Amino acid sequence: MVDFGAEIATRTLPLSGAHGGSSVARLELAAPAERISLRVVAADVAALSAALGVDLPTRPKTSASANGRTALWLGPDEWLVIAEGTGDTGSALVEAASKAAVPHSATDVSHRNTAIIVSGPGAAAAINTGCPQDLSLAVFPVGACSRTNLGKVEIVLLRTADDAFRVEVWRSFSTYAFGLLAEGARDAAL
Amino acid sequence: MLLIHCPYCEEERSELEFRWAGEAHIARPDNISAISDEEFAEFFFLRNNEKGLTYERWRHIHGCGRFFNAARDTVSDKFLMTYKAGLPKQPIPAAAKAEAIAEEKTIETWEQTEGDAR
Repeated sequence: MVDFGAEIATRTLPLSGAHGGSSVARLELAAPAERISLRVVAADVAALSAALGVDLPTRPKTSASANGRTALWLGPDEWLVIAEGTGDTGSALVEAASKAAVPHSATDVSHRNTAIIVSGPGAAAAINTGCPQDLSLAVFPVGACSRTNLGKVEIVLLRTADDAFRVEVWRSFSTYAFGLLAEGARDAAL
Repeated sequence: MLLIHCPYCEEERSELEFRWAGEAHIARPDNISAISDEEFAEFFFLRNNEKGLTYERWRHIHGCGRFFNAARDTVSDKFLMTYKAGLPKQPIPAAAKAEAIAEEKTIETWEQTEGDAR
């Protein structure tokens, strides 16, 4: 019998094979990651922070990282928690959150999103092609994050370094987002 | 592009991130089954559609996702103030009001904006 290799499941990213960017803004695909959409009331934030091992930020537009997990403030009671690793054996984040004995909602959205890393001196300019936010370092410092628009789609933007951003986008919108960023990267190099 | 101050994000964001959500401060009747059809129509369908200062609900849908209230001038399109949902109707700060009134004195006529179409 022909071995189709069914026992070795491989995952391809939604944008797998996509390439773009320019001399000033590089576009790369982020490694698969585990993500949860977390909703919890202000009073129970501390319990969830302890359970997840990362302090959920409570100030607008901020994020926090610890133990390989990054928590992004999206709204007054809403966070996106991203963990390194593929989560092939179930969701470690949902499991960790469930250890908190307080009412909350932790939804696994690992496969709903994919991420594009935009880096280089023209990274902000490339993103600003479709994003209306002020991405200067004074207003959007390293660690700042926000849900916002990129052209016609919604993204979650996180600044990981002075000249690097992580663009979290829904997988079905990812080809559009990548295309627009590639265009932006090209324009930023002009 | 209009900049709208989101009371939850505590900063001004582009109008592209927001969605209009109708007139604000419409109280649902306490006992809705007791009111007449006319009263229900008044509550449910009829809106003031005022020219000038209006109180509206807006939603920061592509940001924090929150609904909030805004006082807006429908003539100048200027946002006079925004405040969190659940708060009672807030008075307009005098400075913002004066500015809005000054702007309204400029009357745009068809001739001015369109010119002579012939």
